[in-house]
Amino acid sequence: MNPANKVHTNSQYNALRQKAEKKRQAFLNEPVPKIHIGMATCGIAAGALDTKAAFEDALARHSVNARIHTVGCIGHCYAEPYVIIDHPDSGFPPIFYHEVTPGKAGMLTNLFLKEGDPRFEHVLGATVQNEMIPWIMDFPRFNLEKRVVMEKCGRIDPEDIDEYIAEDGYSTLADILQRSPEEIIKEIKDSGLRGRGGAGFSTGRKWELCANTSQNDKLLICNADEGDPGAYMDRTILESNPHQVLEGMIICAYAVGADKAIVYVRAEYPLAVKIITQAIQQAKELGLLGHHILGSSFDLDIDVFQGSGAFVCGEETALIRSIEGFRGMARHRPPYPVERGLWGKPTVINNVKTLATVVPVLSNGSAWYREIGTENSPGTAIFSVVGNVVHPGLVEIPMGVTLRTLIFDICGGIPGKKKFKAVQIGGPSGGCLPEELLDTPIDFDSLTETGAMMGSGGMVVMDEDTCTVDISRYFLDFTQKESCGKCTFCRIGTFHLLSILERITKGEGRDGDIEQLKQLSEDIKNGSLCGLGKTAPNPVLTSLRYFIDDYEAHIKEKRCPAMMCRPLIAYYIDLDKCARGCDACVGCCPVEAVFNTSNRKKGIDQILCVKCGECLVACPPEYDAVIKVSPPELAPILERPPEPVKKA
Amino acid sequence: MLPELTAEEKSILDDVKTDLAEISKERSKLIPILQFIQSKINYLPQVAINLVADHLDISPSEVYGVATFYNQFRFNPPGRNPVKVCMGTACHVRGGDIILENFERKLEIKEGETTPDREFSVERVACVGCCALAPVAIMGETVHGHMQPSKVEGLVLRVRIEKEKQEREKQKNEPGK
Repeated sequence: MNPANKVHTNSQYNALRQKAEKKRQAFLNEPVPKIHIGMATCGIAAGALDTKAAFEDALARHSVNARIHTVGCIGHCYAEPYVIIDHPDSGFPPIFYHEVTPGKAGMLTNLFLKEGDPRFEHVLGATVQNEMIPWIMDFPRFNLEKRVVMEKCGRIDPEDIDEYIAEDGYSTLADILQRSPEEIIKEIKDSGLRGRGGAGFSTGRKWELCANTSQNDKLLICNADEGDPGAYMDRTILESNPHQVLEGMIICAYAVGADKAIVYVRAEYPLAVKIITQAIQQAKELGLLGHHILGSSFDLDIDVFQGSGAFVCGEETALIRSIEGFRGMARHRPPYPVERGLWGKPTVINNVKTLATVVPVLSNGSAWYREIGTENSPGTAIFSVVGNVVHPGLVEIPMGVTLRTLIFDICGGIPGKKKFKAVQIGGPSGGCLPEELLDTPIDFDSLTETGAMMGSGGMVVMDEDTCTVDISRYFLDFTQKESCGKCTFCRIGTFHLLSILERITKGEGRDGDIEQLKQLSEDIKNGSLCGLGKTAPNPVLTSLRYFIDDYEAHIKEKRCPAMMCRPLIAYYIDLDKCARGCDACVGCCPVEAVFNTSNRKKGIDQILCVKCGECLVACPPEYDAVIKVSPPELAPILERPPEPVKKA
Repeated sequence: MLPELTAEEKSILDDVKTDLAEISKERSKLIPILQFIQSKINYLPQVAINLVADHLDISPSEVYGVATFYNQFRFNPPGRNPVKVCMGTACHVRGGDIILENFERKLEIKEGETTPDREFSVERVACVGCCALAPVAIMGETVHGHMQPSKVEGLVLRVRIEKEKQEREKQKNEPGK
């Protein structure tokens, strides 16, 4: 770049920055309390819209002057809807409140904002260190995390580009535009950044391959087709900090020499689609996208393409086919998309997290990034930890932290005094790991060694009441439906795997099933083109490896040890414990299977019973009379008395 | 057997026809066009498939082949209260299938179908992204977390009671009838 342009880029950026900072200062200096509400999809699902409305209503009702500031998601799903109230006049630091229902919102407005009582019983913590209220960074759920990618998530308003700019946003871009593309690629290569989509391919290497192709017309695709059921970090990043992704995309396009980019985002994420589209528009208006970005000679246009919900489209060649307007079927590689991608042009496809990571890597340097994480997997990993844990949500940790630390220290372990059984990592492509492997460090290579994989970062924690055979069946059911049908082994093999697993969970398992599962799994792995088929048998293979007892109990004893497979369990009512007068189980049964015996104690009609477990939940703990058994033959059969004649 | 188009749906499709003229005839527009039509009419009736095929100059079976590949597209009209039951991993572990089964039983339809009065439809969706509330069902726009079989009955009943109430008021306001 010539020196004149250099000056131009800096002055353009500085003008944007000054305007943004002025706006932020005005907001911060305004002498009224501020209410920050997390409003990503997860917050809204938990009721954040109602909470916001309740605050607005209460502020008007109590005539309190305060600003409501909507922000993205910080990933602490257990606390949703969460609110941070910054009320300097009260003498308290900014306070983090969790599970703020509309009722609590009204109460806080009245008692805290108006009268200055922060209601300690509802406080989760303070966001800064102080003497009165515990600091949230003293809690392991906060302080064991290392926020690199999600640093700004939940702090800024994703719908306002100025808030991102005021927080140093787009400064890396302004800086990068003054360096040569080769320098940037080298820096990314030096940082050791590996693609966060699951496979862990070196990002710098990918960029280099694309930059080195002789063709001029190059493309960049940001892959936000997050199909793994149970993972939602890509959505959260797009909804909470879209500009960091855009900045990463512009940098990548500049480095590889692309002038057109596409964000491929699932149509099932309407809010993410809305926010990223809006963000692109805002960036265009400020000259951060389009012609002559920040006064340089670099041009880039970004479009949004809505993916129509096919898991296989997370695979790059299938994704390309779907943008071209065809069924999303994978094709053979090579040629890799970096050589021949969308419309035959060289195409770099990077995951949302990868592109969002590029920004902090370049602003802090590759040496800084290398210090985080492990030798071969530098940086952080974002997991959505869900299932049977106390504090579910998104967690960003440095690579190399053990599974035990993540599940027990950060996420609070298993609720309800249950025992840990397994953790499923990597969604339908990953595997179930047992307690013995909890000390495995989380990085690309260690996880692959165990038979699971990093995948997209979905992590489901399961307690002793979860059946690993059923979980394998669940994932196979998913991959079988999502297989594109191109490769015979994947199309037919997964169907057979699923039918064997279905038989086993119904108690119709046979000798030889286990061997056949293993054989089929290996064949599918070898006979499939793309990542979907190659990894589809992983849930079966890992559960066979670590939880063979579960399979044997199902096949040989027709029993589900976790009592989860419904055909293999039965509920009955212990007549010694049942209280005559209570009708809780009768009322809750959706199929009227619970009946009165002659002495008004209850019985369950095993033929009608659908085994939903409602009666078990409904039975008051002081009686605790409903009992679940496996195999179902253990349940004593009670004769249902004839229906009493109803009085007219 | 697919249901007949209503008069309203026919007029929307006429509008769609005019809108289509504005969109280029590139093959890569196929999925965006299908998404556009579905956003207008909530499903893809046979007529719409033919429209798109004509516009892009490909066979209707080609359009149908692409549309059926993707989960987003539906070929029968959703109910006025579409029920989506989350079948993500976390919801499965906490009994999402039991919830789905209860909706199916209560409404006497199978997953992917619509009740004859077009009041309800039931479908399964992969993860809606609020795993901490599992199991989750979405009715209309509202997310219902921590579902239980007995809650299913309550939700369905509430809609039916609301409807009856509205009809009663309608009758009250039209004293002539």
